[in-house]
Amino acid sequence: MYKDVFVFIEQRDNLLSKVGIELLGKARELADERKQYVVAVLVGEKVQNYCDTLIKHGADKVVVVEDPILKEYMTEPYTKAVYHIIETYKPEIMLFGATSIGRDLAPRLAARVHTGLTADCTKLEIDPETGLLMMTRPAFGGNLMATILCENHRPQMATVRPGVMESMAKDEKRTGEIFIEEMTFSQEDVNVEIEEVIKTESKKKDITEARILVSAGRGIGGPEGLKPLESFAQVIDAEVSSSRAVVDSDWIAKDRQVGQTGKTVRPEVYFAIGISGAVQHLAGMEESDLIIAVNKDEKAPIFDVADLGIVGDLNEIVPKLTELMEKELAIKEDIE
Amino acid sequence: MKIVVCIKQVPDTNVVRLDPVTNTLIREGVPSIINPDDKAGLEAALQIKDTNPEEIEVTVLTMGPPQAEEALREALAMGADHAILLTDRAFGGADTWATSNTIAGALRNLNYDLIITGRQAIDGDTAQVGPQIAEHLKLPQVSYVENVEPGEDYIRVRRQFEDRYHILKVQLPCLITTLTELSEPRYMSIGKIRDAYEKEITIWGLADIEDKLDKANLGLKGSPTRVKKSFPKSGKGVGEKYDDLTSDEAAQKIIEKLKEKYII
Repeated sequence: MYKDVFVFIEQRDNLLSKVGIELLGKARELADERKQYVVAVLVGEKVQNYCDTLIKHGADKVVVVEDPILKEYMTEPYTKAVYHIIETYKPEIMLFGATSIGRDLAPRLAARVHTGLTADCTKLEIDPETGLLMMTRPAFGGNLMATILCENHRPQMATVRPGVMESMAKDEKRTGEIFIEEMTFSQEDVNVEIEEVIKTESKKKDITEARILVSAGRGIGGPEGLKPLESFAQVIDAEVSSSRAVVDSDWIAKDRQVGQTGKTVRPEVYFAIGISGAVQHLAGMEESDLIIAVNKDEKAPIFDVADLGIVGDLNEIVPKLTELMEKELAIKEDIE
Repeated sequence: MKIVVCIKQVPDTNVVRLDPVTNTLIREGVPSIINPDDKAGLEAALQIKDTNPEEIEVTVLTMGPPQAEEALREALAMGADHAILLTDRAFGGADTWATSNTIAGALRNLNYDLIITGRQAIDGDTAQVGPQIAEHLKLPQVSYVENVEPGEDYIRVRRQFEDRYHILKVQLPCLITTLTELSEPRYMSIGKIRDAYEKEITIWGLADIEDKLDKANLGLKGSPTRVKKSFPKSGKGVGEKYDDLTSDEAAQKIIEKLKEKYII
């Protein structure tokens, strides 16, 4: 009997990734509809201390596998651990973040379990008639959406990009159960040798975590064109992101890229500055709460998704906006 | 060393457009290309071959309709030694599970030390087939590879994550999935284009690989997932748009909007 909605909780260096918490929020909705439990799957070296956090964010149970071998992500030991959990607990649904870890682990697992897997879902719903998980994802570079079912195999597995689902507010009153799975790992489970781990964290915040994004497109004209956007971002405490064109031209680092081949973001405000808005870009940002676009081409597709569209010259508007914003915020501080 | 590169012929999704009236994909006139991540993987294989052209053999393999032969010809013209086309109606309609089973079956017919697939194809973006082939063949896998150095009986690769890299040493045989940024694919050479059209492409159907796999795992019937429906993305409601504001007015308008939404 397959039951319950399981979520793989990603952690790196014993720090939880936000996507795991977001998936717990979604899992909570799905499980309530199925009248089932939400189970968080926590795998790592020393991670038990997070059980409480996971429960307060929606989990009813936490299943933990701890071993020194699980410190850094490696495909085989992680597959072995989660496979063991799937075989032991038989989930009806299992969700993973569509990260460079989730998109390596989930397909390997789905093949081992012999079940279906749907990648990069943007919407997950329960079909009220059949109780099946309806997994909706973009296809053809975001030109089309497809709803996928996995009817006869369990668990129904899906990956979801960070930033797509909303996490549940922390509920201090929630309680849950913790299960520690005893597993033994040996050197035979390690079929790759990690010679070096090189961290590339910049001081900048990950764009998926930013409340406000000021995003640059080809229209900024060159690497110099970023400076006014950076000044504006600094004034309103935002991060700078970009379209693919800006990354491909080497004007900004790859980790700033929004879109199908970059990151999916849903900030409170997304400024699209000089971005025309190819479908691949829109796929990564159209869930933003407020979209403000500035572009000199009135036919740019970005205006189709913008809440506020300004047809005009960004080289004039952005510095003016920065100036007015500084004044505005200074007045506000005076009042406070 | 024997390297097999699995490639896919894909429509160039950058030029795919929706018909505004019928809301269906316009496929006519859309060029077919070798999937970019796969092409980078092929280039990586050819660079390894360049270090010892006599000893290193590169085979390209694709599954698809008969016209996928074009992609194989292009790969041969870039310098691949052999090409195999897996084509059979029984393979059609496959999801990633069934696709990976089919390709794994064909790979069991071959000798290989290193299998390379692209990380993901631009028409599906799943990134699943590579790891699933590795699982079926019980091989170590490394995905998101952006650098490869061949060794004696191992390879050393740089594996990309969002916030770090791993330098990994992996014993052969193994499977890696490659990123477009790994290498800039070479152009086809005139001489090799000529050769490519003279070389024979091996065509395998179900009969050629059926003793290497479980036929229940192929094609549409062998696929655990099913597309229930597909539909064009719904646009959101139209917002405000101004094309006659001075930069002063425009900036003011933006600030009003931010205040209205309690952002500032």
